[in-house]
Amino acid sequence: MKKLLSLFLLLLSFNVFASGGVELQDADIDLNDKVSLQRGAKHFVTYCLGCHSAKQIRYLRIAVDLGLDEKHVLKDIAPEGAGIYEQLHSAMNKHDAEKWFGTQPPDLSLIARSRGADWLYSYLKGFYTDKSRPFGVNNAIFEDVGMPNPLWQLQGEQQPVYETDGEKRTLEKLVSTSKGTQTAQEFDQTVNDLVNFLVYVGEPVQLERQQMGKYVLFFLFVFLAIAYLLKKEYWKDVH
Amino acid sequence: MNLKPTRLRMCGNWVLDRFPLAQVWNEHMAHYYAPKNFNFWYFFGSLALLVLVNQFVTGILLTMNYKPDAKLAFDSVEYIMRDVNWGWLVRYMHSTGASAFFIVVYLHMFRGLLYGSFKQPRELIWIFGMLLFVALMAEAFMGYLLPWGQMSYWGAQVIISLFSAIPVVGDDLALWIRGDYVISDATLNRFFAFHVIAVPLVLVLLVFMHIVALHEVGSNNPDGVDIKKSKDPWGHPTDGIPFHPYYTVKDVVGVAVFLIFFATVIFYMPEMGGYFLEHANFIPADPMKTPEHIAPVWYFTPFYSILRAIPDKFAGVIGMGGSIVVLFLLPWLDRGKVKSIRYRGGIYKKALLLFVISFVALGYLGTQPVTPLATTMARIFTAIYFGFFLLMPIYTRWEKLKPVPNHITMQPTLEERIPELKALFEEVTEVKSEGEISKRSFNPTGAKNVLIRTAKNLKESLD
Repeated sequence: MKKLLSLFLLLLSFNVFASGGVELQDADIDLNDKVSLQRGAKHFVTYCLGCHSAKQIRYLRIAVDLGLDEKHVLKDIAPEGAGIYEQLHSAMNKHDAEKWFGTQPPDLSLIARSRGADWLYSYLKGFYTDKSRPFGVNNAIFEDVGMPNPLWQLQGEQQPVYETDGEKRTLEKLVSTSKGTQTAQEFDQTVNDLVNFLVYVGEPVQLERQQMGKYVLFFLFVFLAIAYLLKKEYWKDVH
Repeated sequence: MNLKPTRLRMCGNWVLDRFPLAQVWNEHMAHYYAPKNFNFWYFFGSLALLVLVNQFVTGILLTMNYKPDAKLAFDSVEYIMRDVNWGWLVRYMHSTGASAFFIVVYLHMFRGLLYGSFKQPRELIWIFGMLLFVALMAEAFMGYLLPWGQMSYWGAQVIISLFSAIPVVGDDLALWIRGDYVISDATLNRFFAFHVIAVPLVLVLLVFMHIVALHEVGSNNPDGVDIKKSKDPWGHPTDGIPFHPYYTVKDVVGVAVFLIFFATVIFYMPEMGGYFLEHANFIPADPMKTPEHIAPVWYFTPFYSILRAIPDKFAGVIGMGGSIVVLFLLPWLDRGKVKSIRYRGGIYKKALLLFVISFVALGYLGTQPVTPLATTMARIFTAIYFGFFLLMPIYTRWEKLKPVPNHITMQPTLEERIPELKALFEEVTEVKSEGEISKRSFNPTGAKNVLIRTAKNLKESLD
């Protein structure tokens, strides 16, 4: 246990950021944009669900919250054979995952709450060619990540540009070297939709919660006014 | 028509003949005389009780769907957040309530420091209060493991492994607490039992003793004057008013203001930027993967900072424990003859100010990763923290006290201060007329005068 403790204290003594010199880009999150969320759901099932699950959310919930017909969700969004009450399970089994990636890809239900929207947005845009990695790509935000770039066909390839300061080599920026099927602008929109959807999946109730907050606060202000008048009435004769 | 109320009254009398309900009510509410000059700082006792009730109600509802099992716990919390009707609200009320509890309790304790509420004859109230604080920390610490996120897991791992720093028995003690060599299902189950049954019972008992002890000697007040010294012909203190209805209606106002803040957090910022719900806690606990930066929840960070500031591991644990033990000794460390800060000398005021600064700074540093500068700062603030208490027997003797009035003084209420505030507003702004419309705009010279005056007043009040 003493060894464990000293290990913790060592870990506490310096903060390791996985990111290099690349700053996070701002994702444009708007959960009221139902069309963006619908596109994001479609992208998620197409590009992410093959390996990652989102087991905390059901297709039915997505249909209800995104204003979609149940049949439409099953036909256009959910993979074939999925039921409306099912959660978003990945098609890949644990055994294959360990064999192919050496680890189980994390569930993405809460990834937006642990990583943040901007991180996800920058991460998904941050893949660059690196032949030394098993999948031929590395990431500017999450160095040496064990994940291939699922969106490479859309984005095309990126090469890193380094800034050398003496011995230290820091990643300055990424430049596009080959064109994908989408333009840079279209690709930004795709990633943004995907991140928007992940933010929604992180806490499906958040819009409802904020809407409800207005009424709760309105009630409490009225309550405060009445309580204050009552107090004043009672305290009239206290000097 | 008259039959029903009479029958009801008979039933009521039947109970009252057998149970001293009216007596208890009178003793603690209707005939309990409290000083009539309670100010802002006196809301936090009743608010702490409100938050306690909130934690009980929401906690009971949470246990109906929570699964204390290392394999199921994390998912069961998300199940509550998503699939249980209103589960998200109950969970946020509980998680925000935990932080609110500490905010309220810290302010409640600070009130004690301001007005000497821990001094003779209220030492025992302070001791019960401190025991409550320790029980509350245990309750919060064990509750934080239950969501079984990364921070739950590793926070508990770090804190429990502190016990292994104790010589000879340390390792065995840590093992005994965990019930395993690492934090595991066994730990989760026993923490659940403590969090849900054992510690809440202790809390309720201590709250009862805290209030009974308070009502035995009577409440202190912002002037630190004993209101029992002057009584009217009926034997009631002339400076006192019955707790009910006066303070019940006043506390309802406090409750309303508190709930506005509470609801704002619940509905608009339940994570509070990662302070109330830490980001890393949305990742399920993984014993094989240590997070990059382990930080306890904000309310533990001042004490955690003290732990980290002391270079030797065991000494650090002693220091952290000592920072809480020293609070118990407060009634005997303070040798000042006057209770309220209003009539105390400048030395205590300055010392208290330094203490508050160091407590907040330690809290901030505890959330940050360690750097050499941060460690140096934490050491300085740790020294001030302990200095405030341990040097107290010396510096409180030098105090130049002000005369204490025989009766309590009434401060103007916020409403009575409105003309004053209006005058202040007029001083820092000036009227500019543009054609027919006249506008008020910021007046730098006025603002400068106000700042200088405030600084002068502050300096004077510290002397």
